[in-house]
Amino acid sequence: MAVETAEGVGALVEEKYRTCPETGLRVYAQAETLIKANAVVAIVFLAVGGFFGLLVALTRWPAVHILPAEWFYLVLTAHGAAVLLFWIIFFEIAILYFASAVLLNCRLATPRFAWLAFALMVLGALVATVAVLQGESSVMFTSYVPMKAAPHFYLGLILFAVGALIGCFVFFGTLVIAKEEATYEGSIPLVTFGALTAAIIAIFTIASGAIILIPTFLWSIGYISEIDSLTYKLVWWGMGHSSQQINVSAHVAVWYLIAALVLGAKPLSEKVSRTAFLLYILFLQLACAHHMLAEPGISAEWKVFNTSYAMYLAVLGSMIHGMSIPGAIESAQRRHGFNRGMFEWLRKAPWGNPAFAGMFLSLIMFGFLGGISGVVLGTEQINLLMHNTLYVPGHFHATVVAGTTLAFMAVTYLVVPLIFRKEIIWKGLAKWQPYLFGIGVAGTSLFMMGAGTLGVSRRHWDMGFTDAPVSFDYPGTAYLMMGLNGVFAVLATIGGLLYVLIVVGSVFFGKPRTAEAIAASPTIPAGAAKVAASYGSEEHPKLPGTLVLVTIFFVSFVLYYFINWKFLSEVWPLS
Amino acid sequence: MAVQSPENKLWWNEPIGRAEMAWITIAFLWGLIMFGAMIYWHIEGEQNLSNEAYRIKPEVFAAKAEDMVAKYTVRDEGDTGIPVVHPPPGSDVYLISRLWEWWPILELEKDQSYRLHLSSMDWQHGFSLQPTNINIQVHPNYDLVLTMTPNETGEFGIVCNEFCGVGHHTMLGKIYVVDK
Ligand code: HEM
Ligand SMILES: [Cu+2]
Ligand SMILES: [Cu+2]
Repeated sequence: MAVETAEGVGALVEEKYRTCPETGLRVYAQAETLIKANAVVAIVFLAVGGFFGLLVALTRWPAVHILPAEWFYLVLTAHGAAVLLFWIIFFEIAILYFASAVLLNCRLATPRFAWLAFALMVLGALVATVAVLQGESSVMFTSYVPMKAAPHFYLGLILFAVGALIGCFVFFGTLVIAKEEATYEGSIPLVTFGALTAAIIAIFTIASGAIILIPTFLWSIGYISEIDSLTYKLVWWGMGHSSQQINVSAHVAVWYLIAALVLGAKPLSEKVSRTAFLLYILFLQLACAHHMLAEPGISAEWKVFNTSYAMYLAVLGSMIHGMSIPGAIESAQRRHGFNRGMFEWLRKAPWGNPAFAGMFLSLIMFGFLGGISGVVLGTEQINLLMHNTLYVPGHFHATVVAGTTLAFMAVTYLVVPLIFRKEIIWKGLAKWQPYLFGIGVAGTSLFMMGAGTLGVSRRHWDMGFTDAPVSFDYPGTAYLMMGLNGVFAVLATIGGLLYVLIVVGSVFFGKPRTAEAIAASPTIPAGAAKVAASYGSEEHPKLPGTLVLVTIFFVSFVLYYFINWKFLSEVWPLS
Repeated sequence: MAVQSPENKLWWNEPIGRAEMAWITIAFLWGLIMFGAMIYWHIEGEQNLSNEAYRIKPEVFAAKAEDMVAKYTVRDEGDTGIPVVHPPPGSDVYLISRLWEWWPILELEKDQSYRLHLSSMDWQHGFSLQPTNINIQVHPNYDLVLTMTPNETGEFGIVCNEFCGVGHHTMLGKIYVVDK
């Protein structure tokens, strides 16, 4: 392995790099260390936050009901923050550095600032977590005013956001350097383009976060006397929803990445895939509206236009990726010779490779469970049936857990050998990990959505209302759903734990990737490398399997959508 | 591979495949249909959240509710001491939400319309009418006015489904719907 010294133009720090024996890319030591640091911290937060998730699910299992009420609300707040904010965003920063410095063959811009970003994020995450664990900040991660948390809860979140913002600028800086030093030719790769989408959205997101969290912090220490609850929510979701679109952009980029590395898949059309990313940037800011559909004092016109992202144009983006990725896979597999019938390409896909299996499950579950439920939930009037019920966490466990988290898990199986340069330990168990986690999460999503359809409230300690002055009983089916939710949560936890153990074990105790190890089990199969020798759009292949898949998707979507209008038409007339 | 720069530097000039173009068209049209559905429902549908809302001070809202309770209370709910109010059809009905109760209990008539006012005295709460399953956010300082027409008789629970502190799960109210 060649380690040389490159003197970047004007770089004060000497940058060390190595040439990756598997991809031929030049990898800079600083970039690599930063990717490792961010990924490791991310996984620590996933482990902690996942444990909190299990406790929440067990408490909501009426027969188990493990935590007392105060603890339940505390742990639920901690769960949301640890996984949705800290796990996901630390991992995304790692992806940004990978997609810029590594994929563009370039040194990382201002590594010192990248370390500053890292330090601020760690500090902020710790401060906020401590605030929650101290018990004075059980306000849920949304912290709707006028409910007040301890000042250092907001302060921690602000520090974390500033850190993430600096991380985004390091990414932009790296793109600029790569362009100036001409480390690549033509346009940036599609995966980097996806990461760029995520980073651009992140700027908007963090700006909204600052606009709302800084005054809220000042209010918590008494400098501002009142914050309007409706305005708070609107701006808060400017951050809260856009950050979900960061996740979508990032995990779609990861899907393309895995399909490329494992199968040599090429996008069907560069133009289409990039335009789809562009749609995210252009339209998703509007989506904070779908968190405001059941609020007073906002006009219906505003709601309809914005909740549909100006007529569903961001949804269009996702539907495009939803065809172009399986299409790219089908086409690559057909070139490998899996041409028999409609689905040989899918049957003979590398289902035993956790990177591929995780990626494909993530794609299917994100689309079928998360995507469809999200559009239905975000329909102005149908939202009345589901607002603040368990349907909402059901929906977003399909998007951000089965979708984003599983995609990030999948890519880790490539990051460990390529960046950490360690063998994956427990290969046999690793094969099963994406299935355990995926099926567990799919179960919790479905059963929470089911309970939500029956009206069960989210963020609620006691669906039996034992201590209430009057009584109300949810149907027996709702109790059954919550029990099943608990069972599948246990399954998901086992899958999640396995992931953490395998990754941590591999990083610290895995065998190094020697030349022999690489020859024996290449991360990028020889076939994939050959198929992808020339890169660009596919030449309009026939894709019968993909067409069947998208047809099934479309039919399910339409049916489920209209069923919900039917449900709505049966409730009490309102105007 | 999607991890390298495209070989054809003029990738934006490449034609789009037929299957892909078809899917994009279908997805776009479907988006228009879904957009149209919401507008259609505002014209033809019977379940739309009202746009009518006013800024109001909690004391003012509470006074209106107390006024209504004084006029139209028909009984107390068991030994809970919570008044059950039977306001005339078509009238303004005030439902207070506060830590941790919905006050008072309402008795409404089937197939009659009421102007229901929702507001909070403190934090945000969630009006979740069960088992009908209608869910509306309630804010302090805002008076949301909606016209509601119960179309079935029975006892309905009002769950609070916005987290409002440690007593959140005890915040349960009630609506009775009776025949005329
Ligand atoms: C072992 C895996 C997990 C389990 C069993 C689990 C389970 C749950 C349950 C039961 C709820 C509570 C629903 C409620 O009462 O309102 C919840 C809430 C939530 N979960 Fe998870 N979860 C898991 C992983 C994750 C991950 C990986 C993420 C994010 C990437 C996530 C994000 C959230 C968020 C944002 C909430 C909402 C918190 C709130 O309402 O404030 N969960 N989870
Ligand atoms: Cu409440
Ligand atoms: Cu509540």
